[in-house]
Amino acid sequence: MKEVIFYALGAITLVSAFLVIFLRRPIHNVLFMITTMIGLAGLFLTLQAEFVAMVQLIVYAGAVMVLFLFVVTLLNLDEIQLPPDSSTIRWWVGAGFAIAVAILIFPALVAFLPGAEPKSLTADPTATVSNTAIIAKELFTTYLLPFEIASVLLLAAIIGSVVLVKKKY
Amino acid sequence: MITLQHYLVLSAILFTLGAVGVMFRRNLIVILMSLELMLNAVNLTFIAFSRYLGSVEGQVFVLFTMVVAAAEVAVGLAIAVAIFRQRGTININDINLMKW
Repeated sequence: MKEVIFYALGAITLVSAFLVIFLRRPIHNVLFMITTMIGLAGLFLTLQAEFVAMVQLIVYAGAVMVLFLFVVTLLNLDEIQLPPDSSTIRWWVGAGFAIAVAILIFPALVAFLPGAEPKSLTADPTATVSNTAIIAKELFTTYLLPFEIASVLLLAAIIGSVVLVKKKY
Repeated sequence: MITLQHYLVLSAILFTLGAVGVMFRRNLIVILMSLELMLNAVNLTFIAFSRYLGSVEGQVFVLFTMVVAAAEVAVGLAIAVAIFRQRGTININDINLMKW
């Protein structure tokens, strides 16, 4: 049962990520990105990270993707059809980089695999307390300073984006 | 049995797809979305390791990654809107003022 759920969610995530990259119309890209985010939230649930899964749904599938959708519709980007890239050199550089990333990542994973194989993800040492309570405890004690810095970063982002889209500087 | 390696391979494929998107697409909005894809692949790795090691730190880091990603998207989309207003295009081949 767990295998079926994992492979279904993984297939949803990967297929919609593929469509995000290769569909031509921006509105389709954004909509399939939302599907990717929902699939990832499901995967987080299978890893028993309930709080992060819900934040993923609310922040990513909700706020961030609606922001993208908003920009695409506001600027009427769907009307614009970009011509295919004329530079073949750039295509080869891109393909080479993608293959290099794959070659670099997968052996690193395989090197890690023997240590990872015997243990499974089924044992749960933290089942007695809810996931949210544990995260909150960590976040507001050990990681309090990074938490405050993150709020300052968000404030800077708000001010920065308002200044950037203002008509007159 | 689903082990850690399943999640790691899945997130590696997702990261590679994001890198491919950044390299191949010319649309600024799609490139920003590919960046999001890569950040999410890293988030999946964090959560998988957090579960595997039985420690909640990974999930706390994912929250910080989400904060940074949200800030990045807000500023990135604001830049995209400003560029579109000024140049009338979001094709990154036409936005080469600061390219050597």
